[in-house]
Amino acid sequence: MKLNVNGVERDLTVPDDMPLLWALRDALDIKGPKFGCGVASCGSCTVLIDGNPVRACVTPVSAVTGPVITIDGLEKDGKLHPVQQAWFDEQVAQCGYCQSGQIMSAVALLSEIPNPTDTEIDQAMGGNLCRCGTYPKIRAAIHRAAGAGA
Amino acid sequence: MGRIAKIARRTFLFGAAAIAGGVVFGYYRYRKPVENPLKDDLAEGEVTFNPYVKIAADGKITLIAPRAEMGQGIMTTLAALVAEELEVGLDQVTVEHGPASGAYYNSALMSENAPFAPFEHSTLKDGMRAVMGAMGKIMSLQGTGGSTSTIDAFEKMRHAGAMAREMLKAAAAVEWGVDAATLDAANAAIIDPASGKSLAYGALAAKAALLEPPSEIKLKDRADWKLLGKSQPRLDMRAKVTGGRVFGIDVTLPDMLYGTVKMNPRLGGRMKSFDAKAAEAMPGVVKVVEIDCQFGHGIGVIADNTWTAFQAADAVTIEWGEAPYPADTAAIMEVIETGLAAGGGFSMREIGDVTAQFADAPQDKIIESTYAVPFLAHATMEPMNATAQFKDGRLEIWSPNQAPVIVRYVCSGLAGLDQEKVAVHTTMMGGGFGRRSEMDFSGYATLLAMAADGKPVKVTWTREEDMTHDLYRPAAMATFKARIGGDGLPVALDAAIASPSVMRSVVARTVPFMASAPLGPDRAIVDGAFNQPYSIANQNVRGIDVMLKVPVSFWRSVGNSQNAFFHESFMDEIAAASKLDPVAMRLKLMADHPAAAKAIEKVADMSGWGKPSPAGTAKGIAFCLSFGGWVAEVVEVADTAEGIAITNVWIAADVGLALDPDNIKAQVISGAIYGLSAAVGQEITFKDGMVEQVNFPDFEPMRIHQTPQFHVEILENADDMSGVGEIGTPPAAPALANAVFALTGKRIRSLPLSKELKFA
Repeated sequence: MKLNVNGVERDLTVPDDMPLLWALRDALDIKGPKFGCGVASCGSCTVLIDGNPVRACVTPVSAVTGPVITIDGLEKDGKLHPVQQAWFDEQVAQCGYCQSGQIMSAVALLSEIPNPTDTEIDQAMGGNLCRCGTYPKIRAAIHRAAGAGA
Repeated sequence: MGRIAKIARRTFLFGAAAIAGGVVFGYYRYRKPVENPLKDDLAEGEVTFNPYVKIAADGKITLIAPRAEMGQGIMTTLAALVAEELEVGLDQVTVEHGPASGAYYNSALMSENAPFAPFEHSTLKDGMRAVMGAMGKIMSLQGTGGSTSTIDAFEKMRHAGAMAREMLKAAAAVEWGVDAATLDAANAAIIDPASGKSLAYGALAAKAALLEPPSEIKLKDRADWKLLGKSQPRLDMRAKVTGGRVFGIDVTLPDMLYGTVKMNPRLGGRMKSFDAKAAEAMPGVVKVVEIDCQFGHGIGVIADNTWTAFQAADAVTIEWGEAPYPADTAAIMEVIETGLAAGGGFSMREIGDVTAQFADAPQDKIIESTYAVPFLAHATMEPMNATAQFKDGRLEIWSPNQAPVIVRYVCSGLAGLDQEKVAVHTTMMGGGFGRRSEMDFSGYATLLAMAADGKPVKVTWTREEDMTHDLYRPAAMATFKARIGGDGLPVALDAAIASPSVMRSVVARTVPFMASAPLGPDRAIVDGAFNQPYSIANQNVRGIDVMLKVPVSFWRSVGNSQNAFFHESFMDEIAAASKLDPVAMRLKLMADHPAAAKAIEKVADMSGWGKPSPAGTAKGIAFCLSFGGWVAEVVEVADTAEGIAITNVWIAADVGLALDPDNIKAQVISGAIYGLSAAVGQEITFKDGMVEQVNFPDFEPMRIHQTPQFHVEILENADDMSGVGEIGTPPAAPALANAVFALTGKRIRSLPLSKELKFA
């Protein structure tokens, strides 16, 4: 089967029902999306398909028709995406494990609502868990990225 | 027998663990210099000055930060300690975890377990701390835990940087024929102010490393610090905002296979039988193997991808044996309750005469309450995993772990190899909170690697396996009793806390041959209650070790996590009964401990304590001295249509010396959110011998929409530097419960609070 990931057409041979997350991580060696729960509860595996945030851990790879963007594909020419830069500037990450998913959810939010309120941030980001409790800095980073026109 | 020996016998770590340590890791004299483990693994043109510093001819500077980076920012702060004295910027260095080695012993991890309150100093007590610190070296305890990393490293890692700097100066002095004392170091170069000449470290390193290390080293004055005391950008930040492959679960090796495990969910129970025929017939499955070791009995699957391994594990039909503990939560709590009722127990600090105080106390001057907390899972974001390869008689392990020397010891035992044949690589960790001080995940990876014909196997647990096979924060029950004096203040405090011992559980599975040894009192049972800076004339806090075989372990702030809830809820009850303001009452009781009183005053000021709260809101306060940090927290709650909302949290944390203020603030907030998550809604319960919570929806941590506004001030009034990774956790639950009382009049003495109240 074919999969367009981060702008590259990839060939892979995996079972149809394998979740996209494991096709990316194990078959294509794209390690940005993380495995957290396997039941779409924590958001660590969030990727964009056709620009929409999707939980890769419950999405069968055979059901993916559009282009997939993972956090590995955000950086352009060694330059961080504005949302990544905001995350860096606010020093958001602690253990960092959930942050791939947090950043992808934030990218999707800002493409829909360029200048979100705290309530809109809460609604869009409520599906992404963080056990280090970086939420206050996540809010600050999203506002910063919005200010930078991400 | 002298008093030290008597105290020593009362102390767990001085008894069984020290003996176990000697047996396991081999005694060697405290004074013996430790080998530099970097010597054998240098790149071309690279030299090493000590276990913390490598410099290459091309100028590349590598620092070793030998404590587990699990989110707390320790890599950056430890690197800053060396870089400060080495006179290099953090952007000029590469930082590594380094190998498993006794050179990286953590003496603070041992000395903080001394059976005294941290504010108690005397020749005897400080002597005990020093002796126990030396035990860390003898035991090669390369552990990360107990919020001890910066305390342990503060002197020795600055020394490591200064030592290399002085040797580089000496090499330049020879080169230029001048006195080394006239030279300066700056920006990774040695400079001669007289001639204006300068030589980069890379050009000097090879010659400098051959010189004799200086016998005396003068560390920089605090006023001259360029990095320390100032917030630094984290060195791991860029990798972590780009999806970098830095975690154990990201390890990729040539020809790697993928595995998982399915162990008896009745923890510690046997597997009666299993049938793997259907699983082994699945495409992509390599094999199914039985796993039987001190961590559990069950099966492991090796496959060509993780997903197939998960599917195959579910396809194995298994008959599980019984659990070695009562089958459900009610029966388990009954064992703890019976232990509490039986009385007795150990005490680590008796003041005055509690018995006499209660013998003649009028009934209306006695307050008594009973509290309970549940078992808790760590629930790190990255599920347990490790990768191992057994090839040509050697075992190599890539493990996100908090204690690499112990990983090497345990896994060499499981593989039947000498420790010299085992190498441990410590990856970054997607959360630790104490869970990754355990050896089970590294052990299972080792056992699957032994069955993988020389290929590496990455063994990843499902979230369900992780949640149901954690080593839990123990459940606990406590009775607190106070006699109130004429001014409303307590004159006597008598408390009993019953809980299974974490140390006993950890030793039984980590060093099984020590399992039946008498361990002595476990300080964790009373930590956070027996050693608080309240001047109450008569105090006795007893700990009762309940024999219960539910596996328990270190959970962020350990004993403080439950005991601060008991102690500080009870202080609030005393204040309420005596109609005293909880802040004013604490200030009176803390008059002998300025750091405590100042933290209370600061948080009261920050939160506008004493001013009328807006309608439908209320505040609660709590304090805990843990890991040397004096932390006061005020939580504000609001009554909303969706339930109780936590709206604001104010924290004043005195850490003695703040090496990286922004990181400390982040850690303190992190600790508070971890504590609030548990206090609001988390508990681990048992049914039919199995944990009932299997995934995040059953064990919900706080999410962004539930997160309050945080206001944090870091103070430096205390005499000694504290740890910071855990100190935010203990006061969070009682401050919340006290706020709920202030708002609703309802005193909830059992966690989680959501059992009795709806939260937004």
